[in-house]
Amino acid sequence: MPDVVKRLLGNRSAAIGLAIVLLYLVMAVLGAFELTPYPPNQQHPRPADRLQPPGATYLMGSDQFGRDIFSRVLRGTIYSLRVALISVAIATLLGTAIGMISGYVGGTMDTLIMRIMDVFFAFPAILLALAVVSALGPGPNNAIPAIAVVYTPIFARVARAPVLSVKAMEFITAARCIGMRHWRILFRHVLPNAVAPVLVTISLALSWALLTEAGLSFLGLGPQPPEPSWGLMLKDGRNLMESAPWLAIFPGLAIMLGVLGFNLLGDGLRDVFDPRLRR
Amino acid sequence: MARFLLHRLVAFLPTLVGISILVFFVIRQIPGDAITAKLGAEAAGELTPAQEAAYRAYFGLDKPLTQQYAEWVGKLLQGDFGYSEIRREPVLTAIFKTFPLTLELTVLALLIALVLGLPIGIVSATRPNSVLDLFSRSISLLGLSLPNFWAGTLIILVLSTVFHSMPNAGRFITLAEDPLRNLGQMFFPAFTLGFAFSASIMRTTRAVMLEALSQDYVRTARSKGLRERTVILVHTLRNGLIPIITLTGVEMGYLLGGAVLVEDVFALPGIGRLTYTAILQRDYALVQGAVLFIAFNFVLVNLLVDFLYSVVDPRVSRA
Repeated sequence: MPDVVKRLLGNRSAAIGLAIVLLYLVMAVLGAFELTPYPPNQQHPRPADRLQPPGATYLMGSDQFGRDIFSRVLRGTIYSLRVALISVAIATLLGTAIGMISGYVGGTMDTLIMRIMDVFFAFPAILLALAVVSALGPGPNNAIPAIAVVYTPIFARVARAPVLSVKAMEFITAARCIGMRHWRILFRHVLPNAVAPVLVTISLALSWALLTEAGLSFLGLGPQPPEPSWGLMLKDGRNLMESAPWLAIFPGLAIMLGVLGFNLLGDGLRDVFDPRLRR
Repeated sequence: MARFLLHRLVAFLPTLVGISILVFFVIRQIPGDAITAKLGAEAAGELTPAQEAAYRAYFGLDKPLTQQYAEWVGKLLQGDFGYSEIRREPVLTAIFKTFPLTLELTVLALLIALVLGLPIGIVSATRPNSVLDLFSRSISLLGLSLPNFWAGTLIILVLSTVFHSMPNAGRFITLAEDPLRNLGQMFFPAFTLGFAFSASIMRTTRAVMLEALSQDYVRTARSKGLRERTVILVHTLRNGLIPIITLTGVEMGYLLGGAVLVEDVFALPGIGRLTYTAILQRDYALVQGAVLFIAFNFVLVNLLVDFLYSVVDPRVSRA
């Protein structure tokens, strides 16, 4: 087993975080193929099935239409994870490329690019997301470009810093002297130095992306009813909260645990990669 | 000092210009325009060409985009943020109706976060891996992972079912009207935001204090017989303050932009919900004005942060 993997599994935060993330991936698969106790959108009109508290029949209770909350929470996983994973993947590729090239090229170009990144950074994130989503209309995937745009500058900053410190080193000059092309230097010699900080940022960005997605769908801008999304289930559950608190508790718990998982994983990765903290 | 701040202000100008361009063009990508927003899509579809042309001329939509932008900026520089056709009031009036609430919420939330986060972070760093340290680190992880709209919802649930109290059920009471009832309405939203942010403060404080405590000057301070409290609060904390100030500044910038979700949960009329509603209603003038106002606040907060840097660390202003 490679050394990094061994250290990662030996780190308590990372191990717990990884376990939660894997659990969520399993939940997403179960939800995607509707391998749930009940069909997530099936209504049970009998009064005996409506607003039932958590128990043997309905693990997390049922809502006012007699739908099983547990099945809906499972189904909701796929929407949240898909938005988080794709948006962060785009932000990672775009941001890392921008940051690395900008830092490597340097000079006026670098200043200009980072200034543009500052504009996006200073722009209120949730409002930018709101504007993008309202341009595209509500839908299960429309949070993706919004979140990607918001997190791209963060990756640009994270990837640029190690490039600046590596650029002036002699092995880069040596590579240039033997006639290596710029893009090859970037990939072979500069990129490996940016991998660790970018990996940590990916994990943390996934936790923020989950929160943002839940927030947007809480505002009604995510997946549309009757499809379940955690944010929307929470919002709908608020009206009946006093008599049926489970409607608001379980979707929120699903969001929180997912965010916690990525946070723990990010913390663990940072401990493992940061030599100053290594014991 | 004045030159330093002036220099920083000039450096922020391109950012402000960039944001103004971004907001101007982004909002025009949203389907529909000021006419459909004012009349409704159906009525706007039934306009005769002449009526439509008259409306376009009235809203200035018949001019090229660049000219519309130039005219908007020209008026902005004279302090005219435009007029909200939907709310039937000047944009600045709408902003200043909601901004006091946002400012109050921001100040309260930051206070709560600092009061909770700083001491716990310091104690955590002085006794690493103790029970207290593990406890506070767990709490801070929880604070980072808790969606604030869920935390707010749970607070309302507990307040109403256990304490039979619903402070935010009625109309919002301003600070000037009745300070006590206002604080009753503001405390829980501020706590929701403040608790989440105290987690970041706690973690940063712990990290910078841990690093600072291993420095040579700390050993010197201890060996010349200073009390431990002086060593920590005067010598170590001051050196750890800069990252904490940076973090608080960024958070303050975001909070001044409005907390849409928490405002929504607690039914507070802040600048976040104002902007959110304006985006949904295609209220161009209001969205543009509000976002630029928020961005300007962000820049002001950054200036304040730069100023505090030089107060805490005199080496900064000479650079």
